[in-house]
Amino acid sequence: MIVRIEEKGSSVLIEVKEERLDAHNSGEFKAQMLNLFEEGKNNLVVDLQEVRFVDSSGLGALVSGFKNASARNGNLKLCGLQPQVKSMFELTRLHRVFEIFPDAQEALSSF
Amino acid sequence: MKEKIEVNIQVPNQTRYLGLIGKIGEDMARALKRYQGDREELAYHINLVLTEAMANAIRHANEGDPEKEVHITIAIRDNSLSIRVFDQGQGFDICELPSPDFKGLNEHGRGVYIIRALMDHVSYRRMKGGHVLEMIKNLH
Repeated sequence: MIVRIEEKGSSVLIEVKEERLDAHNSGEFKAQMLNLFEEGKNNLVVDLQEVRFVDSSGLGALVSGFKNASARNGNLKLCGLQPQVKSMFELTRLHRVFEIFPDAQEALSSF
Repeated sequence: MKEKIEVNIQVPNQTRYLGLIGKIGEDMARALKRYQGDREELAYHINLVLTEAMANAIRHANEGDPEKEVHITIAIRDNSLSIRVFDQGQGFDICELPSPDFKGLNEHGRGVYIIRALMDHVSYRRMKGGHVLEMIKNLH
C-alpha cells in the first residue's frame, strides 16, 4: 500500500496513492495510522484524491482512524473525495461523521 | 437480438484478486448494449458488490484459507445482470444479518448493507461443496 506521509505543523497529511482502498489494503492502511497515533500524532488529514474506489473495509479503516484520533483528543478529517467515493460516504451515512474538505490545504487550516 | 453474455471466473481465495474481479464486472456493465441509466454509476456499483461479496466469501465463508477457491459468474440476460459468488465453506448467510446501526461507529457490517442497497434481489443458499450468493440487478 502506497501512502505519502508529511508533517504539516501540528497535523499530519496522509496522501493515499492507490486507486483502490479495499479489503486487500485497508488493514495495512489502519496499521500506518496506528503508527502515527503511537508517535503522538493525533490530528490527521487523509487525502483521497487519487482513490477512485472505496469499499466497506476501506470505510471501516477510516472509521477506525477517526475513533482512535477522537479518543486521543485529536481528529481525522478527509479531503479530495471523487464523486463515486463521496457517494459511498452518503450511502453509509458516514458523511455525517467525518469533516470533509475539497482539498488538503483547507482541511489542514481547519485545525 | 437479445443480449446474452456470461463469464465464469475462478480465483484463489485471496484478497489480491478483488481489484481484478471488480474491474471485469465494471467493464461488463459499461459494455451493456441497451442500458438507459447512468452507465458509470452502474459500473461502479457492480465493482462494489463484487468486491464486497468476494471479500465476505474469502474471509468469512472460506475462513481465509488460501488453498480454497472463489468461483464467480457474471451473467447478462435480457434485462438483468446477475452475479453468483460460490464459496467452499461453512456458510455466511448475509441475508440473516441485521442492518447496520448508522448512529454507532462500528468498523464492520457495512458491506452487506451496501449489497442489499444496490442490488434488486439477493439470496444465499447451500449447494454441493459450499454455498452460493446470488445478486441480481434489473436493468430497465
